[in-house]
Amino acid sequence: MKEKLSSLWRKLFGDSVRAFGVVSILFLASMAIAPAKNFFSEWRHYQRGYLSLIRNRSEANTLQRHFQGGIQQIWLPDLGVVDRCTSCHVGQGETSLTDVSTQPYRPHPVIPHKSEQFGCTVCHRGQGAATTVEEAHNSTLAWEQPILPAKYIESSCGQCHSGPLPGTPQLNEGRRLLAREGCLHCHAVKLPDGSTMHPTDDPPSLSHIGDKTTREWIFAWLKDPQGYATTSTMPNFKLSDDDVRDISAFLIANSTPVAGDALTVIAKTSADPTAGPSLYGESFCASCHAAQNAAGNLVGGDVGPELTRIGNKAKPEWLQAWLRDPRVYDSKTAMPHYRFTDAQVATLAGFLQSKSDSDYLANVHLEAATPEQIAHGKRLVSDYGCASCHEIAGIKKPENFAPELSRIGSKPITQLIFLPGMQHSLPDYIAGKIKQPRAFAPGLKMPQYTFTPAQIDALTTALLSLNERSYRLPTSWAAPAAHESDYKPAGKAGKLMADLACFSCHRINGHGGDMAPDLTWEGSSVQRDWLVQFFKNPGTLRPALIRRMPRFNFTDAEVNELTDYIMTVYQSPTIDHDSMPLSGYPQGQIELGRQLFYGKYACQGCHIVDTNTDKGYIGPTLTHVGSRLTAAWIYQWLKNSQALRPGTIEPNRTMSDEDARALTAFLISQKSGAKQQVAKK
Amino acid sequence: MMLATSCQHSTIGATVVPQKPTAFGAALIESSGGKQLAQTGSLLPQPVVVQVNNDQGTAVPGALVQFSATPGVTFDPPNGLTDSSGQLTTNVTLGGMTGRYVITASAFDKSHKKLELKLEEIALGYQQTLGRRLNDQFCERCHNPESAAERVSNYDNLEVKPHPFTEGDTLNKMSDADLTAIVTHGGPALNKSALMPAWGNTLSRSEVQALIAYIRAVADPPYRNTGPAFAKN
Repeated sequence: MKEKLSSLWRKLFGDSVRAFGVVSILFLASMAIAPAKNFFSEWRHYQRGYLSLIRNRSEANTLQRHFQGGIQQIWLPDLGVVDRCTSCHVGQGETSLTDVSTQPYRPHPVIPHKSEQFGCTVCHRGQGAATTVEEAHNSTLAWEQPILPAKYIESSCGQCHSGPLPGTPQLNEGRRLLAREGCLHCHAVKLPDGSTMHPTDDPPSLSHIGDKTTREWIFAWLKDPQGYATTSTMPNFKLSDDDVRDISAFLIANSTPVAGDALTVIAKTSADPTAGPSLYGESFCASCHAAQNAAGNLVGGDVGPELTRIGNKAKPEWLQAWLRDPRVYDSKTAMPHYRFTDAQVATLAGFLQSKSDSDYLANVHLEAATPEQIAHGKRLVSDYGCASCHEIAGIKKPENFAPELSRIGSKPITQLIFLPGMQHSLPDYIAGKIKQPRAFAPGLKMPQYTFTPAQIDALTTALLSLNERSYRLPTSWAAPAAHESDYKPAGKAGKLMADLACFSCHRINGHGGDMAPDLTWEGSSVQRDWLVQFFKNPGTLRPALIRRMPRFNFTDAEVNELTDYIMTVYQSPTIDHDSMPLSGYPQGQIELGRQLFYGKYACQGCHIVDTNTDKGYIGPTLTHVGSRLTAAWIYQWLKNSQALRPGTIEPNRTMSDEDARALTAFLISQKSGAKQQVAKK
Repeated sequence: MMLATSCQHSTIGATVVPQKPTAFGAALIESSGGKQLAQTGSLLPQPVVVQVNNDQGTAVPGALVQFSATPGVTFDPPNGLTDSSGQLTTNVTLGGMTGRYVITASAFDKSHKKLELKLEEIALGYQQTLGRRLNDQFCERCHNPESAAERVSNYDNLEVKPHPFTEGDTLNKMSDADLTAIVTHGGPALNKSALMPAWGNTLSRSEVQALIAYIRAVADPPYRNTGPAFAKN
């Protein structure tokens, strides 16, 4: 062996001339490697492929003219973007290539931003500077930012846009869930603008839970919250029977009664068995509360808790007290104070009490609690952070109970522990954690949620948007969310509106719910007499709407208080009541208005004026509109409805003043009582 | 020259080894889950459920069904045995490209003949998603004859019936320019009913485009984009 090597050495480098020749050849060969590597580089391969793809197309000339060979780069120093993706993705800006589906030549779908302004990696992640497929798309030892899977792409919109966008339903849903499903009670999320994300749910206080329910119910509930109500947002802590026994013992022992004699049963239930269900229906309880119907389908809203088995949970005396005035028990509840009579309270409570499942608590038998059990229960309540969500007397809300999630979307993969068999990527890790939080290590406290796969994707999308880049972006790029105003009406009327929880459904001055109409300009819109009548007996304005304003048992003084406040305060500066009268329009103008209504503008498609001929189901019924709305409001509404109520589906028709005036004259002549003669003419 | 296209998103998730079937059917039918809309790359809102029947039309439990589609589409699970009611349910995630996806469920009958069922699903891109939202807000109440509990259709109340957006036979024949005109200026712009109001001052130009992109996406039979016409060189 040694001999062979030395003979080879002698052959190649035996004398100086021979050595020189060999070294030169080696040197030349190595010189050729660099250009060859360049010539055979992946991006050249793809560019050649692109040229042969476009060669036979009808628009080849145009595409050829747009094509620039060589490494392409988008450089945006502001954003820290150096993206060479377009070196291979050559056709991404060519809208005429819509029929091409092969990568890397597929044109980019239409989005509101241009790649020259944003680059590629701002949204898609990956390594912008890389020029090979492997390095650009996947994570390597040196670079660990892989391409973001398409299903989470909306998270990138959320880096700049902190509010909901019409084109990003998944991101919007994820953020809604983050705030609504309790995540933010334990995990803090600070946003790049310095604000903090706030939870939108309101878990009940447990300080008086002994008034409301039994220890047996707490036991069953803690074992399996979804077993009581499928829509429950309480997660499952997977507690043992003993732990649940002790926690329920502590919560009951710790509970104090609400002051006063609120919790006494006064009236007797109505004898009529249909009285309960019809009061439940008339009061529109289902607008906020869901309950399973006889067919097993869940019917109703999700503002309040599900009532399918409320009879198993609520103590009769508590339920009556709650229906009589919920604010005695919870001063901030979204539930209105209905002002039910004692008979109504008893009837409705009796009906709700009957919503129960006789088997539900059949197997729960608890011995009287020992002091040790109570002490152990208290320790568990602190350990599991129950007070992060619920107010519990004697236990402080823990600070930073769970890891902060402000930058979770750029957590390095090296810091993550994956489950066996799991794809090693951040999105998969986040989704896996949400899906089965306890699987990642023994002793973890995060409870088990019951999210659907789509909800997990949405939550992952929202969490991925909370990343390092959103903090590094120039502040001028930030598109802040429209912040909910903290508007509160003043005075006696303000107190009354809080008691009635008007803002649970209605929105005024940028504050409140979206279930019912925005009332910001209500005083300009309606006539006083109509409003008084409406408060006394709220009828329906839209024929196809299930939800409706419930009837509250107002006193005349309360109605006057509210009406006066609305008519004085909720006035639009653009509407002058005196500019147009409520009657006295010439017959000719009214007739012209009618023709415009049925002809040119075909309003009967959505509205009803004459119940015999019109069928429109979309807008409010206009049979008595002349007694309901003011003429000035109708006129301005016809001129530009969007200006008065942004987002209304009434289209803006850019009517001439003359048309709008004639239509106003026609509509204002539709008065209650006078309807028949006017409509039949 | 054909290029091998690199697929960025190889099928994610552990591959499931098919179980051994305990029974064979004679027909494969759809229970639910066809013709759904979802955003590109995301889960279909409802799972796809298929059923295996025998030649008498009764359900066959324990038959092996396999799902397949173009690369990029994932199934959870990708195969399995039908349950006691003869059905197999799978969650489907669509690929990253806008358009139609054909999903194939396949099974074998007793004589090892392949049974196939093809379902079509629709992936919406950004523009179509935006259009879908506008459709829900402004158009659907009249253009969709189906009523939902929370949303009663106005279709039956209209003297001149609007075209449901899935009506590809009619709508595919209308050019983008015509659709833009009718949305922007109302029915009378194309000598059609005034019951279709003009939306040009309510919706922006890009919103109208998004709406048309959505209408094209849901058309049945599918709309074929002929693309802009260029002169041959």
